[in-house]
Amino acid sequence: MLKLQLPNPGLEERIPSHQELEKMEVEEAGDRPKWDNKAQYMLTCVGFCVGLGNVWRFPYLCQSHGGGAFMIPFLILLVLEGIPLLHLEFAIGQRLRSGSVGVWTAIHPYLTGVGIASMFVSFLVGLYYNTIIAWVMWYFFNSFQEPLPWSQCPINENKTGLVSECARSSPVDYFWYRETLNTSKVIEDSGGLQWWMVLCLICAWTVLYVCCIRGIETTGKAVYVTSTLPYVVLTIFLVRGLTLKGSVDGIKFLFTPDVTELANPATWLDAGAQVFYSFSLAFGGLISFSSYNSVHNNCEQDAVIISIINGFTSIYAATVIYSIIGFRATERFDDCLGGNILALMNTFDLPEGSITQSNYSEVLQYHNMTSPDIIQTLNLKTCDLNTFLSEGVEGTGLAFIVFTEAITKMPVSPLWSILFFIMLFCLGLSSMFGNIEGVLVPLQDLKIIPKKWPKEAITGSICLVSFIIAVIFVQRSGNYWLALFDSFAGSIPLLIIAFCEMVSVVYIYGIDRFNEDIKFMIGHKPNIFWQSTWRVISPLIMLVIFLFYFITKVSAELTYIVWNPDSPSFPTQEKIPYPGWIYAIIVILAGVPSTVIPATALFKFIRRRCCSRSNEHKSDSISTISDKVQMSSDP
Amino acid sequence: MLTDLFLTLCISTALTAVQAENRCSVDAKNGYKVRLSIKTALGNKAYPWDDSEMFLFRATLAFAMRVYTKSDQYNVSSVHVCDETPRVSFWFVVSNDTELVSAEDVEKAVRISRNRINSAFMLTDQTLEFVNIPPTLVAPVQPGTPPWLIVFGVVISAVCAGVVMLLLSSFVQKRRKKGILEDENEEERCEKQNGATHEVQEGSDDFNQIFVEASSSTKL
Repeated sequence: MLKLQLPNPGLEERIPSHQELEKMEVEEAGDRPKWDNKAQYMLTCVGFCVGLGNVWRFPYLCQSHGGGAFMIPFLILLVLEGIPLLHLEFAIGQRLRSGSVGVWTAIHPYLTGVGIASMFVSFLVGLYYNTIIAWVMWYFFNSFQEPLPWSQCPINENKTGLVSECARSSPVDYFWYRETLNTSKVIEDSGGLQWWMVLCLICAWTVLYVCCIRGIETTGKAVYVTSTLPYVVLTIFLVRGLTLKGSVDGIKFLFTPDVTELANPATWLDAGAQVFYSFSLAFGGLISFSSYNSVHNNCEQDAVIISIINGFTSIYAATVIYSIIGFRATERFDDCLGGNILALMNTFDLPEGSITQSNYSEVLQYHNMTSPDIIQTLNLKTCDLNTFLSEGVEGTGLAFIVFTEAITKMPVSPLWSILFFIMLFCLGLSSMFGNIEGVLVPLQDLKIIPKKWPKEAITGSICLVSFIIAVIFVQRSGNYWLALFDSFAGSIPLLIIAFCEMVSVVYIYGIDRFNEDIKFMIGHKPNIFWQSTWRVISPLIMLVIFLFYFITKVSAELTYIVWNPDSPSFPTQEKIPYPGWIYAIIVILAGVPSTVIPATALFKFIRRRCCSRSNEHKSDSISTISDKVQMSSDP
Repeated sequence: MLTDLFLTLCISTALTAVQAENRCSVDAKNGYKVRLSIKTALGNKAYPWDDSEMFLFRATLAFAMRVYTKSDQYNVSSVHVCDETPRVSFWFVVSNDTELVSAEDVEKAVRISRNRINSAFMLTDQTLEFVNIPPTLVAPVQPGTPPWLIVFGVVISAVCAGVVMLLLSSFVQKRRKKGILEDENEEERCEKQNGATHEVQEGSDDFNQIFVEASSSTKL
């Protein structure tokens, strides 16, 4: 069963043989782009893998699933799931020297759908990911002023007090929900375009265009900055964070292990999903990047190195984030206690400095005994540091609300704000390079774009079309649309694609042939670890994660959270159900990429059956080898 | 007779003074409570609260009344203080000869000169608290162009300049390549005549020209 090889006639004609690969290596024929040096390739892959998720999803998962104990499922699944899949994508790209559509079509013409599905997913994810970058740019532009605009509430029109929505929530919430998003109350209420966000979106897509304009020729230069700068900024923040009061409490809270969480299946599921999404697998970008390498590049080593870097970055970013969160929690705790102390001092007219944090509880007790009724009227809040620390936030909430609030409490806030948003910008942009690659190369392989068009025009049209569609995210309801896309377009289809990739390579391409290829490329056959993970372990893990994900998504009630100033529970966000027509959109988002795999296979099958006669006389008339490889995609 | 008159005068002024002082009490109708948090505001540089500071307070308040009423009928003696606590909080009332000044007038006077009163003590609206007198909110300075628009302008111009430069440079490169290739082509056409493979040129049709000529007669 493990050595199952499905019949695959004609495979030899579709792929370059080892001799042809050697020839290509020596002759350097063809118009195929190449990396200038190994560092560019590594930095591009690291940049694609390391993204916003490492900064704002992993720390939350770590803290909510038992802190230090979460490292165990994370590292185990990194080794069993992440590294094998990564090696597989690198090896197949390097061997077949083509983007995702080219690779899967070469393995079997019916598998073109896998490449097309990757293209769709890359496109949909790229749409909303760049909108997040537009939000980051907005905050970046607004960081060049002192005091920062989200540090205080604006004054209302009659100048009698603060704006009510802001006074009831907080300045950071108000700046995010009102002044940035101007969010509407429900997803149906589209509310029109927000001109300032449209400008930021234009800026984001233009910056992306300038970096991707000539494909890897330009992105290869851009990654020198976008992939390295985040690490510099993280280190600066670590040093700054450790000198702030309360940061060590945050780090301790993050890493305190709670071993009982290991028994919870949700922990393992979340760890597996995080490893999978964090590696940007199944987007097709990694296959593309790897195909520009020389044939004898050591892809095994690359896979291991990049996985280690990705894991390390997640842990490092979590440490930095939680040192700052620890500082914020301590500040909140001090403010809370300070408020209570002030109330006590004012009521009982005690001299200043007589109540401190250390004797607060004794004083409170004493007064509670002597005059309990007065204490009742004071409505003293309970201040607990752990509650503040466990206000776990993830995603945009972490970056745009929690972290920005922490920054306002640091001295020289604009500097930290600028650094932070530059870091987020670089993290997002380097991931976008992979998305654009995952859309660009399949479009070229599918011959949708005429060959005469220069690369600049192709990347330009992709950016323009994406920008026009992404305009839905800058309406007043844009945030809700983004959350919708994030939950459905970027989750289930990827799992399906990755599973199909593994099955295709191991059982349709043939694990024996694959082993031989790797031996040809790097000099030794992949050892038992790779064999067992590729054939059994990784596909099994993917299947389990997919089933659980699918079941939870389908059985869960489809609700979303809204920011509604008129709701009674304001400022807590309301959970309301989606309107009916959203279900159609969800089916399109998750269903189209997933069903395009069997649909393409069916389409090709039907075409082959009815048009088989006219295909007999077709012959290749191209002489360059690399051109031949690209043209071998159509039967 | 004269001594009697003198005595009654003395007693009546003493009585009014006492009355004025008696009108200063906790929860006085025309009085306000003041709360100072000097240690919170100044930390190490906090000064101790003593009678001289209280004198300064009364003087500043008298100043505020003078500014508000634009007259000089108010003196330090017009301001009466009572119920001092170790918190450093007390009540005060302002008297105008024999009557007390109404609460509204006192409030308006304080609000107008709030900044001066605060700076006399190096405190702020929060640390020198007049209970029930809301602080005057200062509208933030609105710059002509929002600062973010300026940064946006800089970034977008830089990026557009980059796009234009890159497009131009690739256009120039293509022109140059075409020029060189055309020269090379003319040389090659002279050399290779016997059907050997040609280099496929960028941008030309993807046919090898020689085989096209042959296929009309040979039927491949």
